[in-house]
Amino acid sequence: MTSGAPSLLRRTPLFENHVRAGAKLVDFAGWEMPVQYEGVRQEHLAVRRSSGIFDVSHMGEIETAGPDALALLQRLLSNDVSKLAIGGAQYSVLCREDGGVIDDLFTYRLEDERYLTVTNASNHTGDLAWFRANAEGMDVEVLDQIDDWAMLAVQGPLAREVAQAVSDSPLPARMRAERRRMAGSDVLVCGTGYTGEEGVEVLCSPAVAPALWDEIVRRGATPAGLGARDTLRLEVCFHLYGNDLSLERGPIEAGLGWCCREDTDFIGSGAVRAVRERGPAEKLVAFEIQGPGIARQGNEIAGGGIVTSGTLSPSLEVGIGMAYVPAERAATGTHLEIDVRGKMRPAVVKDKPLYRKAN
Amino acid sequence: MSQASYPEDLLYHPEHDWARIAADDSGHATLGVTWFAQDALGEVVFFDPPAVGTALVKDQAYAEVESVKAVSDVVAPLSGEIVEVNESLSDNPAMINEDPYGEGWMVKVRLTDPSETEGLLDAAAYRATLAG
Repeated sequence: MTSGAPSLLRRTPLFENHVRAGAKLVDFAGWEMPVQYEGVRQEHLAVRRSSGIFDVSHMGEIETAGPDALALLQRLLSNDVSKLAIGGAQYSVLCREDGGVIDDLFTYRLEDERYLTVTNASNHTGDLAWFRANAEGMDVEVLDQIDDWAMLAVQGPLAREVAQAVSDSPLPARMRAERRRMAGSDVLVCGTGYTGEEGVEVLCSPAVAPALWDEIVRRGATPAGLGARDTLRLEVCFHLYGNDLSLERGPIEAGLGWCCREDTDFIGSGAVRAVRERGPAEKLVAFEIQGPGIARQGNEIAGGGIVTSGTLSPSLEVGIGMAYVPAERAATGTHLEIDVRGKMRPAVVKDKPLYRKAN
Repeated sequence: MSQASYPEDLLYHPEHDWARIAADDSGHATLGVTWFAQDALGEVVFFDPPAVGTALVKDQAYAEVESVKAVSDVVAPLSGEIVEVNESLSDNPAMINEDPYGEGWMVKVRLTDPSETEGLLDAAAYRATLAG
């Protein structure tokens, strides 16, 4: 339903593109975002089989620049930022002192002393305050760039081909972030994504985003909404902040120990080290429902545990999800009983990722 | 179907359900959800039907219908006892999107209080609730 009421929601520079494409728009973290165009399932399958394009301009950006930029990021981010080369990309979490996760982030090193960190829309303001509070007394600038960047994700087995067609030179490799010209404009192209597919994420000026979007769609990428983005990421067990990550649990519980380098002394490293050493009481597992039914966030698990993400997998055509369960029940193959609105649905713990390309 | 449609021969409940009263005076009715409901929900991927014999109470949920992204209750527009459920929706829940007033019907009931139909809306009145 579209109503004539004025919207208090923020809009990305691609809002008109979405309306023209027939998007169904919803409130997502205060932004009016496309949840789907033609349908979640077909957009999902387009990304798995060919290519799709997502507007992720609601995501925030923080630039950290100056002589102490590395020192600040090393203190804030869980990963070893000193290992991040110029033109590189790195995933990490931002922790409180007690190890609770404030956000999960990608950071790109643009220049020797200049980094760009992409935040979740719902956490951007808090992240920025956290960056600034911890930057006091350091020789570093923390810049809010949420209004300076639009962001498009082009994902799928044919995504690089599609994006390459509008780029002036070969695209950066996976986990690289480099300047290019695309459709005549300067952009930052990153070999990253949130779907488990090949592809790139493109950061560009808001003014050029609508034309770039149209050009990539013209080359064959299917517009895909946040609905498909969620089912795609869940099939490959990427975390969604607010579902699978929160202040209440740490990165070890979430299975993100691989991006934590406690020896860098990041804020929260003591708590993270303690959990790693003694072993977490709960672990985030992936599961598949056995039979009909779709578990959803908040469904409880018999004997302890809670579902943090759940959906119907368009690729596997079965209910899937992730849940925190007691560590002794986290092994692959463990049977779970999930209370789905009063009906007990059997499920089994599966290896991550739930979906793997057949090749 | 991609265009909004609200057939004149149905009665509507403001929670986006319809009832087709049997023309044969049998006191039976067929129930389903409206075009608006299926459009708001998106592609239906799962329908969990109640059992034959279940008692429906007007204005209360009697089934769940799920899209990829969300689950919604289906509200009974009228009170009654289920005499038949649309078993084919288990294998093909997308019929709720494709043909919400035909192949996408959900249950048939024997009405326990046929006078309740007076509280339902005709197509024009239901459409008016959507315009606001």
